[in-house]
Amino acid sequence: MPQYMALLYAEEGEQGDREQRWAEMPLWLELTEGLRKAGLLVSNGALHPPGSATTVRVRGGEAEITDGPFAVTKEVLAGYYVLECADLDEALRLAAQFPTARYGSVEVRPIVDPASYGQM
Amino acid sequence: MKDPGAGPAAAVERVFRDERASVLATLIRQVGDFQLAEDAVQDAFESALATWPRDGIPRSPGAWITVAARRRAIDRLRRDRSVADRAARLAELTRLDEQEHPSSSEETVLDDDRLRLIFTCCHPALDQSAQVALTLRTIGGLTTAEIAHAFLVAEPTMGKRIVRAKRKIADAHIRYQVPPDDELPVRLRGVLRVVYLIFNEGYSASAGDELTRGELSGEAVRLGRLLCELLPDEPEAWGLLSLMLLHDARRAARTGPDGSYVSLDDQDRTLWDRSRIAEGLRALNRAVRAHRPGQYQLQAAITALHVQASDPDATDWAQIADLYGALGTLSPSPVIDVNHAAAVGFARGPRAGLRLLRPLLADPALDDYQPLHATYAELLRRNGDRPGAARAYERAIELTNNIVERAELQRRLDTLRGEP
Repeated sequence: MPQYMALLYAEEGEQGDREQRWAEMPLWLELTEGLRKAGLLVSNGALHPPGSATTVRVRGGEAEITDGPFAVTKEVLAGYYVLECADLDEALRLAAQFPTARYGSVEVRPIVDPASYGQM
Repeated sequence: MKDPGAGPAAAVERVFRDERASVLATLIRQVGDFQLAEDAVQDAFESALATWPRDGIPRSPGAWITVAARRRAIDRLRRDRSVADRAARLAELTRLDEQEHPSSSEETVLDDDRLRLIFTCCHPALDQSAQVALTLRTIGGLTTAEIAHAFLVAEPTMGKRIVRAKRKIADAHIRYQVPPDDELPVRLRGVLRVVYLIFNEGYSASAGDELTRGELSGEAVRLGRLLCELLPDEPEAWGLLSLMLLHDARRAARTGPDGSYVSLDDQDRTLWDRSRIAEGLRALNRAVRAHRPGQYQLQAAITALHVQASDPDATDWAQIADLYGALGTLSPSPVIDVNHAAAVGFARGPRAGLRLLRPLLADPALDDYQPLHATYAELLRRNGDRPGAARAYERAIELTNNIVERAELQRRLDTLRGEP
């Protein structure tokens, strides 16, 4: 079955927004548990804010380390789910259920099937 | 289109035109890959061109092409290792190839295949311009060059757009299926929008040469008929078909001998295509019997009232105004509001029309909307406010890029100024 990564993007938000999002925690847990029970969840995780990011680039054999995310954007990557779905329609249906879809965006990307390596 | 005649080459051309989309649709389901199916169908037509003149035209040319394409797909799959689930697909294709008699339900399967293909081409995960191009390419059978020409895009650009869409279908696993019942209404709206976009591209007089434009509208009408055939219980499919036919019926009357635009009121009604109008009215009847109104049915009903009037003065403006009112409630848009005001202006006098137009004129977002100012000018003129009308015409002319429209507005302004 094809795998998809659902990338959850949202604005970092003010204190009030953050509290409201905390209140959604039970919903997230329920969703995640539902996906696991249905055998659709491969892995998932919430990310610390971009302020905690460090970017590494190796140039001329030397690692350049910079503080901060690769790109500074208004909506930041806040978490991800790797899902196993029958097709894109199913992945999009699931993506629409994440609370982030209501106040941010969920980008759905197909994951390359390792069996097709060397054929691309 | 020219008559292909009776020779083998003409037979290939005829099968290509009439059956390519069906053969392709079936093959895409069987091989599960857009590009592979398309290449195999292309191969099959080339081998038909090579062998039919020698061996004669087969009794069932469409079936011959299907079988030949399937064998080509098997050959290609054996060589090409880049296709996912290659072994499973090869096994399935070989099994199909060994079946001597296809199942008796072939007709239904064929219809389902075409419907699946339409919904795949118009999948909302694809960019709208790609949906349009893919639909024309796979269902309509237009070449990439023809599509590029019709949309005034360079051929390589259009080619890339189509390739990218096919790639996404494969990589993201967009399934080749008719959406489930709960998603069908939304997805069907997307499909109808694509067909209507194709029609409008062919119908608008803004760009491109007349020949290609006409073909594009013709293609949209064919797609509309196909949708009605495949989804006979969907009133909006019939509504869209009706709308396109009723517009297309007036094609010949829309331009004068010098290519200039002729407004509805001034059109020579004897140039209207009566058989298209009759077909359009039949489609509208069929749609409204379902008692599930929709935007295409309402627009078709408005157009029907226009074409049924024996002359412009006999137009039933009161009913048209009501229909625009209903349309505005169903799918609110300033375009409809302006048309509503214009219709009310004809039905109940310019003052009533101006009252409806006032809130639109106060909306800064509509300040650059040319039809609003043109309609305002007309209503003011009929209400006797000549200086106001002249100012509104000037504003409308300023906002028009289309040469034909600008000339028409200028003519009205000149007439206004020339009046004693």
